[in-house]
Amino acid sequence: MPIQTLLITLIALLLFSFFIGSKRSIAVSSVRKGRRNLHSRPNYYGFMVAIWAGLPAIFILILWSVFNSSIVTSLTIAGLPEGMQIQSKDELGLFINEIKNLSSSGNIESESDLVKKDAAFHYQKLEEISTLAKTTLVFVIALLGMLFGRSLVKPETRARNMVETVVRWAMIMCASIAILSTVGIVMSVLFESIRFFNAVPPADFLFGTHWSPQTSMRSDQVGSSGSFGAIPLFVGTLLISAIALIIAVPLGLMAAIYLSEYASSAVRSFAKPTLEILAGIPTVVYGFFAALTVAPFFRNMGESIGLSVASESALAAGLVMGVMIIPFVSSLSDDVISAVPQAMRDGSYGMGATKSETIRQVVIPAALPGIVGGILLAASRAIGETMIVVMAAGLSAKLTINPLEAVTTVTVQIVTLLTGDQEFDSPKTLAAFALGLGLFVITLMLNIAALHIIRNYREQYE
Amino acid sequence: MSDTTTKIIKAGLKKRYAKEKRFRFFGLMSIVISFVFLLVLLISIFSKGWSAFQQTYVKLDVELNEEVLGINKFSNKDALFSARYKKIIKNSLKKKFPGVKGRKQKRALKNLVSKSAQYELRDKVLKDPELLGTTQSFWFLAKDDVDVFMKGNIDRTLPESNRRIKDYQLAWIDQLIAEDRLEKRFNTQLFSASDSREPEQAGLKGALMGSLFTMLVTLSLSFPIAVAAAAYLEEFAPQNNRWVDLIEVNINNLAAVPSIVFGLLGLAIYIGLFGVPRSTPLIGGLVLTLMTLPTIIIASRAAIKSVPPSIKQAAVGLGASRVQVLFHHTLPLAMPGILTGTIVGMAQALGETAPLLMIGMVAFVAEVPGSIMDPATVMPVQIYLWSDSPERAFSERTSAAIMVLLAFLVMMNLIAIVLRKKFEQRW
Repeated sequence: MPIQTLLITLIALLLFSFFIGSKRSIAVSSVRKGRRNLHSRPNYYGFMVAIWAGLPAIFILILWSVFNSSIVTSLTIAGLPEGMQIQSKDELGLFINEIKNLSSSGNIESESDLVKKDAAFHYQKLEEISTLAKTTLVFVIALLGMLFGRSLVKPETRARNMVETVVRWAMIMCASIAILSTVGIVMSVLFESIRFFNAVPPADFLFGTHWSPQTSMRSDQVGSSGSFGAIPLFVGTLLISAIALIIAVPLGLMAAIYLSEYASSAVRSFAKPTLEILAGIPTVVYGFFAALTVAPFFRNMGESIGLSVASESALAAGLVMGVMIIPFVSSLSDDVISAVPQAMRDGSYGMGATKSETIRQVVIPAALPGIVGGILLAASRAIGETMIVVMAAGLSAKLTINPLEAVTTVTVQIVTLLTGDQEFDSPKTLAAFALGLGLFVITLMLNIAALHIIRNYREQYE
Repeated sequence: MSDTTTKIIKAGLKKRYAKEKRFRFFGLMSIVISFVFLLVLLISIFSKGWSAFQQTYVKLDVELNEEVLGINKFSNKDALFSARYKKIIKNSLKKKFPGVKGRKQKRALKNLVSKSAQYELRDKVLKDPELLGTTQSFWFLAKDDVDVFMKGNIDRTLPESNRRIKDYQLAWIDQLIAEDRLEKRFNTQLFSASDSREPEQAGLKGALMGSLFTMLVTLSLSFPIAVAAAAYLEEFAPQNNRWVDLIEVNINNLAAVPSIVFGLLGLAIYIGLFGVPRSTPLIGGLVLTLMTLPTIIIASRAAIKSVPPSIKQAAVGLGASRVQVLFHHTLPLAMPGILTGTIVGMAQALGETAPLLMIGMVAFVAEVPGSIMDPATVMPVQIYLWSDSPERAFSERTSAAIMVLLAFLVMMNLIAIVLRKKFEQRW
């Protein structure tokens, strides 16, 4: 039975369980003093029976689905003729994939290779057995659970408390997904990175100045090893982020100051949402804009004054990225500037300071920690930004800080290494995870620092 | 003494006022500059993209010669299906422009109409076999070069060697225009076709359906999980509990993790460990769920927090349990805020590209996905793919795709604003 039908049948069964649960509760209660005799309302007895029918069955279903493919694959391998099993892991994986494709294509009979044909039939049979066993097991457990739940329906059963305990645990589990996904991120990048560092020494990665991850297919080719010095990538990332911040910080900060200190409420109510539009535009749109409009513009301008500007210059990517994070800087700064108590401004005016003097010498210093926190968050956003640089920055890793040249970034390299055809085990793809680890650690540190600064600052004035 | 101080102050006053004005001006300028950026961005995309909503069609007189096709109206379906319609189109062009010599020119002549013309013709014949043996005039999709020329994007004053359309092609096109055989119509292809290697045949339907399925997966997972998490953290979580603190720290950090890292997680855990099929809306939705969770959780918590305690206390006073208070009172009252946050989160997810590149959604998919398990691509990834294609006609379509995507985002945000305005309650 395909998974959709299975799920739909299961849901129907749960509805049925709910129904017989609540009916049963009314039935048992009417034997004695009527419904008032029940501990909980009939609905809760229905939910209780449905939970007993559903939870164990769904648990089994998930377990089965997770382990199904690896068990069936290993059984298929075990069923292969003697000679096949001593192949290397890669070849075996390839062979298994062929068999899977063959059995899903539907015409196994047309295959000429007898070993493959047998294996494909074997695989198909195993899959059939597995699906049949899964369906039977899930339904048997669901039915048993339903019967057990039904037997629990008695007037003195605390159905509401049971249901609420389950609901509460479900809520705790949902909340814990946040932790699970962090753990997932750390594990996924860490394990692959460790495998990468087994092949490439960490020192080479962290301090090497040459990045060319292309490894050759055969060992006798020239340049077979590939070199993984990540310095040019990090320098490129920093260069583009720095350009972005040079544009976004003054513009965003001044915009926030103007909006919160000078602008009339009419201007404010129009300008603030309009600025926010910049934050809502998808990054792929910025990337397209950078690659097709801004970069050629800079190149032509460079040509006209005799400068050679690369068509994928860091300047174009950085400028557009800066525009993207303007609303980020401005809304965070706006918040902290508005949080500075009016009394401090009034004190400054009382001493005869002009508005701009007050802002520069009183408001900004008071809001500085919050502003710095906001800038750190913006920096982490810029470092982790992907689409703009993928579309508008270069691919070749050049160690330079000239904004007119093409540089590449960490995120660009991750995307390049992981898109397209790939085997999962080569240092080339593993390098992407090592870069991801670096990216995660850097942005995490920036975020923690920023949140720390902002939180400490807030406590001062509230 | 006070006189001298006043004098000093007065002397500097002009300068200080000038400084004040300058400061204010800088503030205004930075807002204006930001607006200018926004305008330039939108104008550059709209000016490039609006023309893609029109498409050029060519009218050809096709002689459905039974001998050339090798079929007649009594042939069975298979024969009708596989007949040589390509030849018919070619003959009709040859007849229209006799005397074309040389391989290059012949190929150019064939390239006046799209390759899809033969399939359109086939479908017409399949629908009505009576057409066989007659001469009909049909409108066919024009090739992308013709289309680009018709939209005025090829300058005919350029020297021939710098032009994509040569002089002899120009002559043909001019003749067709003179005979009213070239026409620009609304581009239904853009919304009814899937991706294609030929720019004039490429459409957004596949990507739109892919986005729809991906968003469905994301919504159906992230909404219940986020609301449950937010409700737990606001209403049930014990104070000063290590586990709860850990959850809060993690939610805040997840909100700021670069999106591409979620792609790595999807690749290593979902695909590598659990064997979820790549390139499908399912895996895309799973990854985007993790990304949108923090947004929805944070918004939902704010909404739940704003429900006044008096309502909850009244419910408890009437004997409701805490779970009942939550489901009967708190959540319904907080729902407008929660929905607003959900829509904002969905809008983010709809525009997200980077993590989807990692999990194989960049594959070229020519079929419209029919379920969450079919290979698919989504709108932003389609934009990325088209922007990479060298053809001039694709650049125009990329801008059009961006306009469609932006229209969806604007719509979602408008709904969020209306929801907030309509249901916002001040207690």
